[in-house]
Amino acid sequence: MEIKREDILHLAELSDFALDEREAESLKDDLAGIIKYISQLDELDTEGVEPTYQVFEMENVWREDEILPQDATREELLDLTKEAKDNQIKVPKVL
Amino acid sequence: MRIADKNHSAVEMVQEALNKAEHFSDHYIFTYINTENALKKAKEIDEKIARGEKVGRLAGVPYALKDNFLSPEGETTASAHILEGFTSPVTATAVQKLEDEGAIMIGRTNMDAFAHGSSTENSYYGPTLNAYDTERVAGGSSGGSAVAVALGIVQFATGTDTGGSIRQPASFNGVYGFKPTYGTISRYGVVAMASSTDCIGFFTQTPEDMDLLMSIASGQDRNDLTTLPDYYVNTESKSAKRVGVIKDFDNESVDEEIRDALRQKTEMLEKKGYEIVELEMPALKYALAAYYIIVPAEVASNLSRYDGIRYGLRSEKATDIETIYNDTRNEGFMPENKRRIMIGNFVLSSGFYDAYFLKAAKARTLIVEEYEKAFQKCDYILTPVSPNPAFKLGEKVNDPVAMYLEDVMSVSLNLAGVPGLAIPAGKTREDNLPIGLQIVGPRRSDKNLLAFAKECIDE
Repeated sequence: MEIKREDILHLAELSDFALDEREAESLKDDLAGIIKYISQLDELDTEGVEPTYQVFEMENVWREDEILPQDATREELLDLTKEAKDNQIKVPKVL
Repeated sequence: MRIADKNHSAVEMVQEALNKAEHFSDHYIFTYINTENALKKAKEIDEKIARGEKVGRLAGVPYALKDNFLSPEGETTASAHILEGFTSPVTATAVQKLEDEGAIMIGRTNMDAFAHGSSTENSYYGPTLNAYDTERVAGGSSGGSAVAVALGIVQFATGTDTGGSIRQPASFNGVYGFKPTYGTISRYGVVAMASSTDCIGFFTQTPEDMDLLMSIASGQDRNDLTTLPDYYVNTESKSAKRVGVIKDFDNESVDEEIRDALRQKTEMLEKKGYEIVELEMPALKYALAAYYIIVPAEVASNLSRYDGIRYGLRSEKATDIETIYNDTRNEGFMPENKRRIMIGNFVLSSGFYDAYFLKAAKARTLIVEEYEKAFQKCDYILTPVSPNPAFKLGEKVNDPVAMYLEDVMSVSLNLAGVPGLAIPAGKTREDNLPIGLQIVGPRRSDKNLLAFAKECIDE
């Protein structure tokens, strides 16, 4: 499968990367090589095989719906951000 | 495990480890050295001992912590620029359990950023050097931890293994490295990579030490609902009789000396009375391709949380919400992080989902079934860990597919959720580089697998 420049830009957009020209170009080659390698799965016959998404042996682990004491306080978490105001994380205007 | 007691002070043990860490600083093993806290904790343990109080099973034992385990001691960066400045207010369950037994963290170890890599060259801080040859890689992603144990700085170190990140560096540095059954040790407080394959484990010099650490760290955790009910310490002992070797693995792609080491080990076991069973596992050939679809998909999802808003790096170029995301992520991730995130978004995209992600999930079913069938014929499987011993720095770092091929023999265990232990198996003739083999067992066979590992030690 051929990987075009537009494909890279589209993937960069999905990934939230502001790639520069040079990096977009080198990623194009890298990704083409990786996609070529993983495409060899085509050879494997998976007709009638069910997919496996996890190998944990249990399903639906339930717990009580209760509020438990947390390991970190609100203040400790707000300390990690660049800007906080009125007990909230401050971000630039979104809309 | 050598623990502190009346005759061996914890302060001396910790100071010795810190001195060794300093002595080997040119190997770039640590991203953070915990001098002050470590000595303070050691002093407390010595005082407890002097008062005749009970101390834990790891009292005063210095250890090294892979930099993707959260704790308030030092910044947790996962060796990634984007987490620079992040000091965690919470402590990982595994770390808490070790500390509760008196273990003392002397430093955080270098790794491939976000555990993406097989050489520790993808670290934002530069590569860790191999314990046996400083022109060669440490392996990865837990390279710093493996070298810290191999050089005798600490008796044990923590690691994470998503596709071989404990076993491969263990084999490159001649120590034991264990990836347990999926769900055995809580992952609460560990930087997530791929949630369906991530496992926590350890590096040690002996299988006995590994067993002790597993007894301490394993168990169900209400903070991680993917932990299995406690089984490790309650495992009934079962002796092995049949050892499998995979026919397809003993082929041209594997270094001749590693094939020799595997042959010698199976001959030794045969002499001890074990039956050697040859296994056909044709789907394993596709494990690496399936892995590099499934894992990037999960990586893309897990790493979308790094947005420059709540913690860690924020780009200085950013002016609005859009550029906070895009510039921060662009500056904060290493090239390999970007490749994996973009491949993940590619295989999950509409139009490619069925051909890649769904196909890989089906391949995974075949791999799980092959292991299940194999363990009807044998108790454990013995295989190489990687196709080659430690390679030269820079040799593969610009060739992602060549680097991925390092994991060709380790990833299938993670896809199937089965445990694997890397064991030392001699050195190469010319360069004196460690060779490793891995013992693979069925799910939840972990404790007996470690007991079997003692049988594999050359007399």
